[in-house]
Amino acid sequence: MAERQLLSGNEAVALGALHAGCARGTGYPGTPSTEILENYDAIGGHAEWAPNEKVAAEVALGVAFAGARAMVTMKHVGLNVASDVLFTAAYSGVQGALVFVVADDPGLASSQDEQDTRRYGIAAGVPVIEPADSQESYDYTRLAFTVSARWKTPVILRMTTRVSHTTAIVQPADLIETPITPHFVRDIPGRVMIPGHARIKHKALRAKLAEIQAWCETEGPHVLYPGSSGVGIVSSGVASMHAREACPEAALLKLGMTYPLPFKLILDFLHGQSSRYVIEENDPFLVEQIRAAGGDVPWNPEPYRMGELTVDRVRRLLKGDATPETTPPKGRSPRLCHACPHGYVFDILKKHDCIVSGDIGCYTLAALPPRAAMDSQICMGASIGIGLGLRHVLPESEARRVVSVIGDSTFMHSGLTGVAEMVFNPPPTGHVLIVLDNLTTAMTGQQEHPATGRRLDHTPTTRIMIEDVVRAMGIKNVTVLDPVRQTAELEATLLAALKTNELTVIVGRQPCLLAAGRIRSYEQKG
Amino acid sequence: MKTEQPINIRIAGLGGMGILKSSHILAKVLFRAGYDVKLAEVHGMSQRGGSVTSDIRFGKKILSPMIPNSEVDFLLILAPEEIELHRPSLRPGGVLLNALAFDTVALPNRKSLNIALLGTLSGYLDIPIESWQLTILDSFPQKLHAINVESFTTGRNLAQGGAR
Repeated sequence: MAERQLLSGNEAVALGALHAGCARGTGYPGTPSTEILENYDAIGGHAEWAPNEKVAAEVALGVAFAGARAMVTMKHVGLNVASDVLFTAAYSGVQGALVFVVADDPGLASSQDEQDTRRYGIAAGVPVIEPADSQESYDYTRLAFTVSARWKTPVILRMTTRVSHTTAIVQPADLIETPITPHFVRDIPGRVMIPGHARIKHKALRAKLAEIQAWCETEGPHVLYPGSSGVGIVSSGVASMHAREACPEAALLKLGMTYPLPFKLILDFLHGQSSRYVIEENDPFLVEQIRAAGGDVPWNPEPYRMGELTVDRVRRLLKGDATPETTPPKGRSPRLCHACPHGYVFDILKKHDCIVSGDIGCYTLAALPPRAAMDSQICMGASIGIGLGLRHVLPESEARRVVSVIGDSTFMHSGLTGVAEMVFNPPPTGHVLIVLDNLTTAMTGQQEHPATGRRLDHTPTTRIMIEDVVRAMGIKNVTVLDPVRQTAELEATLLAALKTNELTVIVGRQPCLLAAGRIRSYEQKG
Repeated sequence: MKTEQPINIRIAGLGGMGILKSSHILAKVLFRAGYDVKLAEVHGMSQRGGSVTSDIRFGKKILSPMIPNSEVDFLLILAPEEIELHRPSLRPGGVLLNALAFDTVALPNRKSLNIALLGTLSGYLDIPIESWQLTILDSFPQKLHAINVESFTTGRNLAQGGAR
């Protein structure tokens, strides 16, 4: 029998994918999903970082169109980027299998929002499967591939922080699926989604979902824990673990597939209980649907849709306690490493009272006091567009202070189109973009990206040079400087640029302190 | 050890102090001893010098990965300035093991404080010392074996002295 192991949810997903015969895993780093592909690579899977989640999903879809099995991993906001692929892939379907592994961040440990990925299931018409711990992360990854292959549909495997980053015992299965040999089978009406074809596919999608729902009712991955107190709880994901601990005498229906929902199973369960609750994190996704189907479950007080659930919060919820919750005192907040190259640039920007349109990465920490040197950060790549928007309408004296700041990985993710906008629709006062190139995707744990010259496994590949790209796109003033050793020059270049009406890109290049040693060793090997 | 109810251990401090490392060693020791184990940690921002906390729960069957309020049985604190932040999470009668206990005791390397605290904790748990030593050796490269075994032993000797 296969040996029991201690695995994080992410490690378990990687193992499950390998054992399900997955041919390729793609993705973009994003907490709490990042370790899935790193582990998948470490245990022998073909894993790649793509420039962003949309491209990652497209590569995975190509693998699935070829008849093989693919996995694409991302955090919840990454699905926003990949959603264009998700919606149309639901119509086209897949030949092999395609699993979107999406890791949500209830409570915002490290994200710009706490959106609930389950809603994408309904919106796109894609099944959603929710593991509650590491064992289920392994089992349900394999199930997700099976469901995807059987009904030729993408499937969302929805993780959350406490499933991804909790380490627990996993008993892997003995039987392992080997990857099938892919072949291309032409199907133009099935894969070219022009209106005439897509109309037919939409109808077929709804029929497919009805079949999956029927399967979910009778054979879906649900667990019923009997109770003794007359209290009945419907739950899913790690919230079900908190609920079982908070209320051991309650009967609990733990749903493993939460779209489509097994309404008959749920309503029958609720009917037999004297008091009924739904315990779920973030959006009232289950509550809304169960009530719409005629189930008598209460709305949970609004505060409980924000933040993570815990055993204590579930105890309060079950007591009907809607009094204000006490916020625990905060520990020490994160900050830029001492002597981080980013610090030098933000000190200059603050000194000159620049309006800083920022982006997502370690450098976002510059927004926190005492530096407080970043004025906006919304989504990947937004620094450029938002900066341009500000420049277009602000009075001249203010427009001249606007600077966009973006990191190297973020630039490859969603900065290219921002530069195209700079050149295509330049503001009257021009614009200044600073690319903070620390030669890694730092915040998520120093991963590679297209401008580092190394693939996920750190083997060499073609390196995209950021300064060459922006020059090729038409920016005439491009300078590469070391923010640590050429600080004065960087400051002078910036000030001069702010005075002109031209477009300027300054690339501030200096390796991340935490990554520098490893980068040197990769370069020596390569 | 009575494990019908979970035994709850929290390790806390700042990023860079080896909290995740020691949590994983602890979880492995408990796993190998045959218990159900869950280890909950939060990644990402903590690397940048912020507060880091790990919850390790073990027993017959562990459900929630996170320790409920005031149910911490053993609180290991690597950063003394964080003690007051975490003290309320201790169960009445729970044990506080903190880095300050090692101020007067020589450690081969301050960086192995995390392992020393595990050593102290080991004095309270009914697990053979060999299991701890084996797991520590598994978890570090050869050149770090001696330092960490020594730190562990130093910490364990403190427990025998009834450290609180």
